[in-house]
Amino acid sequence: MRLLARCGSAAAFLAMAAAPAFAADEAKVDTGDAAWMLVSTALVLMMTVPGVALFYAGMVRKKNVLATMMQSFSICALVTVLWMVAGYSLAFGEGNAWIGDFSRFFLGGLAENWDKPFTLGSGDAAVATTIPETIFLTFQMTFAIITAALITGAVADRMKFSALLVFVGLWTLLVYSPIAHWVWHPNGWIFELGALDFAGGTVVHINAGVAGLVAAIVLGKRIGYGTENLAPYNLGLAVIGAALLWVGWFGFNAGSALGSSGGRAGMAMLVTQIGAAGALLSWTLAEWIGKGKPSVLGAISGAVAGLVAITPAAGFVLPGGALIIGLVAGVTGYWGATILKHALKYDDSLDAFGVHGICGIVGALLVGFLAYGPLSATTAAPEGLSGGMDQFIKQVIAVAATMTYTAIATWILLKITDVIVGLRVTEEEEREGLDLALHGERIN
Amino acid sequence: MLFGWHGFWKVNFTAGVGSRPERGTESAMKLVMAVIKPFKLDEVREALTPLGVQGLTVTEVKGFGRQKGQTEIYRGAEYHVSFLPKVKIEVAVSAEMVDAVVEAIATTARTGKIGDGKIFIMDVERALRIRTGETDESAL
Repeated sequence: MRLLARCGSAAAFLAMAAAPAFAADEAKVDTGDAAWMLVSTALVLMMTVPGVALFYAGMVRKKNVLATMMQSFSICALVTVLWMVAGYSLAFGEGNAWIGDFSRFFLGGLAENWDKPFTLGSGDAAVATTIPETIFLTFQMTFAIITAALITGAVADRMKFSALLVFVGLWTLLVYSPIAHWVWHPNGWIFELGALDFAGGTVVHINAGVAGLVAAIVLGKRIGYGTENLAPYNLGLAVIGAALLWVGWFGFNAGSALGSSGGRAGMAMLVTQIGAAGALLSWTLAEWIGKGKPSVLGAISGAVAGLVAITPAAGFVLPGGALIIGLVAGVTGYWGATILKHALKYDDSLDAFGVHGICGIVGALLVGFLAYGPLSATTAAPEGLSGGMDQFIKQVIAVAATMTYTAIATWILLKITDVIVGLRVTEEEEREGLDLALHGERIN
Repeated sequence: MLFGWHGFWKVNFTAGVGSRPERGTESAMKLVMAVIKPFKLDEVREALTPLGVQGLTVTEVKGFGRQKGQTEIYRGAEYHVSFLPKVKIEVAVSAEMVDAVVEAIATTARTGKIGDGKIFIMDVERALRIRTGETDESAL
């Protein structure tokens, strides 16, 4: 069945048709699981609006605050519609090892199955859940939204709004959806390889971080970078944004257990908290030693760094492993955002790569050593997936493949966008500020 | 900035009031303008009230003096901020009160560290309370 499914859309259609009938006999929607996933979905949405919107807006200059918030809000709507039309189908349709298909175009089939427990994939490798597909696809939608929103941190203060919409639209369908398919769909080649990514270290953070890095390089530096004062307008907003991210991350990570039963969601929540705390402390300490003062921006960046790094590992590691991941992520995030960026002279304005890219890599690699098998044990694989050299190599392959694909595809999509609408605002508009130049509003 | 303020005042004077009063005589009213550290504002106000000061204008300003500025660091990006936030207070008083007022401001605004600010004293030619039409010292 599974082999057939990879041969083309006709076989995929058969597979999809067979799955619901099978599932209907087997299981019912679990009220506890469904309730937790409804809450998780809302929490992950809260991470983007208002979480990322505030986190980023607080770090830009006053003249770009509204434009920065507008990016997250608009992306939220744009990706929602694209996800409904084709994004979900390309990510979670049967398809092949590389990409889904159009079998769920405009969410076709949902009218028949909306009240039944959802099974992802088909055949031996199918993942049966106890929640309806409506929740699964909305939960996944909020991941697609935040991934696109995270990229905006790298292009802040200088990208045209029209260009952002065109780019993000293309990127979601042609970069996010395929990589989500590789990693999370049972047919995906990284899924089959056995690389671990519980809640999106590769799919969300490395993906957004590398895309951000490429975008920052293609767009070029902000006017005045390195010579003028580009200090944040209001770090208080950024603190609130980071706090919303932190709380929302329980939905992101513990929600990625796709239910509340069995103890895995609880462990994911615990290690998420420990990872965030470890990285906040280690980033702050590194900054205190390196620059003389423990900054607020450093503390919130550290917390986010830890949350990013624990994302692929939550659901696979124990608290001790989470503390190691957090402590390492805080120091490497500090290095990425304060030293690496200045050494290589790119203007990743709000450190989408420095925090999300670098710490996503840290987490994705460390889980290869720190995974504790019983957490991922199933009846089919009672041993679960444990850390070791074999697992580490699989992690390296997953990270390298994600980075390579997203870097090349992002670069191509940016060039296409540049031809269609032009990527960057004029120098005059950049000096005036995007709020007034692009949106006709400002903070008075 | 100080020069510009004077120019503005002169234009106003010649346009609106004609030749009165005669120049060169000691003015009966003084304007005390002080630039101080923002956190000293309340202390200064509390010191001025017992002297009989009836009003005070406060402006948030930025500037530099011997303090020069300070360095801010955001994720490794260092910015030198050359204009520091200060508070400018302006108080108009009768000439006989001016020494006590200046003394009170100088004492309370002083920390002894660089950046305490400065005080300027200027003559005031005329004053008018808009509500009642009272003029000069009775308007203060």
